[in-house]
Amino acid sequence: MRLTINGTVHDLPDVDPQTPLLWVLRDILQLTGTRYGCGKGLCGSCTVHLDGQPLRACITPVAQLEGRVITTIEGLSSDGHHVLQDAWRAAQVPQCGFCQAGQLMSAAALLERNPQPNDSDIDEALSGNLCRCGTYQRIRAAIHSAAQGAANKAAPSEEAQR
Amino acid sequence: MKQVPLPQLGRREFLKSLAAGGGFVLASRIDAMGAVFAGRALLDPESWALHDFLWLAPSGALTLLAHRSEMGTGIRTALPMVVADEMEADWQRVTIQQAIGDSRYGDQNTDGSNSIRGNFERMRRLGAAARDVLERAAASIWRVEASTCVAENHQVKHPASGRSLAFGELVAAAQNIPPKSKTEIESRLKQRKDWRYIGIGVEMFDVDSIVDGSAVFGGDIRLPNMLFASIERAPVLGGQAASFDKAAALAVTGVEQVIELPFATTEPFHFNALGGIAVLARNSWAAQKGREALHVIWQEGAANSSYNSDSYHQALLESVRKEGQETLARGDLAAGFAAASTRLAAEYTAPLLAHACMETPTATAVVTADGCEVWSPTQNPQAVQETVAQTLGLPLKSVIAHVTLLGGGFGRKSKPDYAAEAALLARATKRPVQVLWTRADDLQHDYYHAVSAQRIEAGFNAEGMPVAWLQRAAYPSIGSTFAAGANQPAGFELSMGFHNNPIQVAAMRTEAGQAAAHVRIGWLRSVANIQHAFAVSSFADEVAHAGGQDPFQAWTKMLLGSDPKGPSKHNRRLLKVSAAAIAASDWHTKRKRGHGLGFAAHHSFDAYVAVVIEVDISTAGQIRIPRVDLAADVGTIVHPDRVRAQMEGAVNFGLSQALFGQISAKNGAIVENNFDGFRLMRLSEAPAQIHVHLSASEGPPTGVGEPGVPPIAPALCNAIFAAIGKRVRDLPVIQHDLSWI
Repeated sequence: MRLTINGTVHDLPDVDPQTPLLWVLRDILQLTGTRYGCGKGLCGSCTVHLDGQPLRACITPVAQLEGRVITTIEGLSSDGHHVLQDAWRAAQVPQCGFCQAGQLMSAAALLERNPQPNDSDIDEALSGNLCRCGTYQRIRAAIHSAAQGAANKAAPSEEAQR
Repeated sequence: MKQVPLPQLGRREFLKSLAAGGGFVLASRIDAMGAVFAGRALLDPESWALHDFLWLAPSGALTLLAHRSEMGTGIRTALPMVVADEMEADWQRVTIQQAIGDSRYGDQNTDGSNSIRGNFERMRRLGAAARDVLERAAASIWRVEASTCVAENHQVKHPASGRSLAFGELVAAAQNIPPKSKTEIESRLKQRKDWRYIGIGVEMFDVDSIVDGSAVFGGDIRLPNMLFASIERAPVLGGQAASFDKAAALAVTGVEQVIELPFATTEPFHFNALGGIAVLARNSWAAQKGREALHVIWQEGAANSSYNSDSYHQALLESVRKEGQETLARGDLAAGFAAASTRLAAEYTAPLLAHACMETPTATAVVTADGCEVWSPTQNPQAVQETVAQTLGLPLKSVIAHVTLLGGGFGRKSKPDYAAEAALLARATKRPVQVLWTRADDLQHDYYHAVSAQRIEAGFNAEGMPVAWLQRAAYPSIGSTFAAGANQPAGFELSMGFHNNPIQVAAMRTEAGQAAAHVRIGWLRSVANIQHAFAVSSFADEVAHAGGQDPFQAWTKMLLGSDPKGPSKHNRRLLKVSAAAIAASDWHTKRKRGHGLGFAAHHSFDAYVAVVIEVDISTAGQIRIPRVDLAADVGTIVHPDRVRAQMEGAVNFGLSQALFGQISAKNGAIVENNFDGFRLMRLSEAPAQIHVHLSASEGPPTGVGEPGVPPIAPALCNAIFAAIGKRVRDLPVIQHDLSWI
């Protein structure tokens, strides 16, 4: 078994191929930022990216993942400053923080395919990620502000051209 | 030079002993973990430690102790921030050290919305005492009067001569200066106008590690040679296994051991391990697969196996339909009812609720000849210490209870049964063991919020004001978890909004009905206030509609009462936030059918909270919540953004359980085993907007984490009534058809 995670190739000779990715990340590779919340794909705490798409690591056996590109929260950015991570800081989104890695991964995949999501786009993309502390309104606001910030960054001269 | 106390010394000794025993050490991982718990910086041995809460290094680096647990309230930031403010320290120079469980720090049970309430003045004094010593240290160096030296932003200045010394430069001199008495320090506290962080706030200390995934929660502890355990517990409380297939579990790849922990069969269950069949493996997945292979057969006839939610619900209703044990009486109830021109009665029920923290219970333990060391996401590390000591028969001082970040607490993680499990398995295996509860374990073996029934019957005079009030409650008591046979609501529970309901009425009687517990009952965010506020605030709304009055007007009249001295201080503050919530909302606009606003207010944990919830219900019965206005008087606001966050969270938490929350039992076993059965509110279902309105106050700080929850369920159900004329008296809302034409 050979997995590519956050750009690093890991050889995993002793892993049962039916083991869900979550436990390989957490218990074998010690990438503990991906969290266990339900084990049934119902809460989104374990969300990672597979070839850029959100994936529930708790219900995905590693057998399906050889040769694919896996990104976890530890690999979302090289310096902890993905536009969403900064937006999360600015809005002070987290309370306990346990679900937030999953929330960020779902939000990042959303922005990749839809850089300017509206509220219903956000509802759809994030409704698989439960938060028990109740940070939903700040999550929505932070995604909007990240989208706005990215747009401003991408087109700094737009204003001047008008 | 003083010895710097390092609260995690136990781990180092453990590692030493482990190394001596030939174990291998994953040094980098341990260092990373140690760095987190040491506040991302190792303590400089030259540091000055005035007391247990503060270390100042010659470099100026300041380490502050967080003795309460971080479960999302921001307390790990807020209390050290108070120390820093009074000390005149620069927050940028602060790192935070999480305390182990130790009575020397005082009460550490992060529960009851008590951390700021119970520690604000104390933290101020600790900070002021340090500032005072540093000023005197500078004065001794400069040979001037201490009163001419002023601490400001991490340095002490002597304005008369223009000299200054950085805090770090004062460390050596400070070592020799004795601190002043508590009374002397109280006179040295800063003026409110001089606060630089209190009332303003700082960024959460843990936000960086949360957004980059490096935050260490309970299940993130990794120790050398550690086993991962999953435990099959008896589905019926008090039950035990008849047989199980040990060999099949051991045959699963990665499984190393199967250990039977003695089943807890007699109440009270307290914080004790429940017992069960533990499967220990090289990873959590193998442990869970091994557990499935056990195919446990359970003994028949456990005492609680006839517990069924439907029949229990009926029994509670019957209990409140007859006279119960009087718990409070004032005035002449019979005369009040006889004189009343109208009467109204209503019954309210609410189901068992689970805490369902996103992080399930988990704990990691190691047992050596020296004792036991435990890492857990706990609200109460001293309870971990006591429970583990008792479980293993060790002296208290031989148990070291570390506190990780908590992935939610809500009262569940004050109860350290899961730490006791890890300790038992670590002793049995002589290896580090991590116990991880699955989501099914969490939902099926919780300390549940009690299922309840209440009945209120009131008589009214010609003006529609209540003159007689009879209120009954029946629910299993939290007391049953600690004392066998406790079978009705206890005084401490009834004091949460039942006895002290704010309605002014001359004749009142309250009664408690019988309700035996068949599952472990515990406290959940705002505790018995949940059901009491639901009944009282729903009934107040029913009274208003029955008399053709505006619910807020009727509420105001009922709280003002007719005492010529005017309403109590509590009712004045509750009325003030009530008016604020109404004013902030669009209360007086007439709405089309399907749209409605509901109001409720409640006083708990010293705080006063009023809520207006707007609902929008489609003809098909689909409910949307466009807006919530919450007004709160929480006394002095220490960290405004975290107070707002707690209130926003309370709105979502309260809505989630009012809309969807329900745990049910069949033949003694809990039915729900994941989030498809025990639904939580999702982002798409959450209010579009929550507006929090905080009263300016110089009063003592109140509780904040819990008091936002109680008014949510009644405000929601009152809004549903306003929108479609349907009264929801039985929670959760989802079991009712809200369609309308």
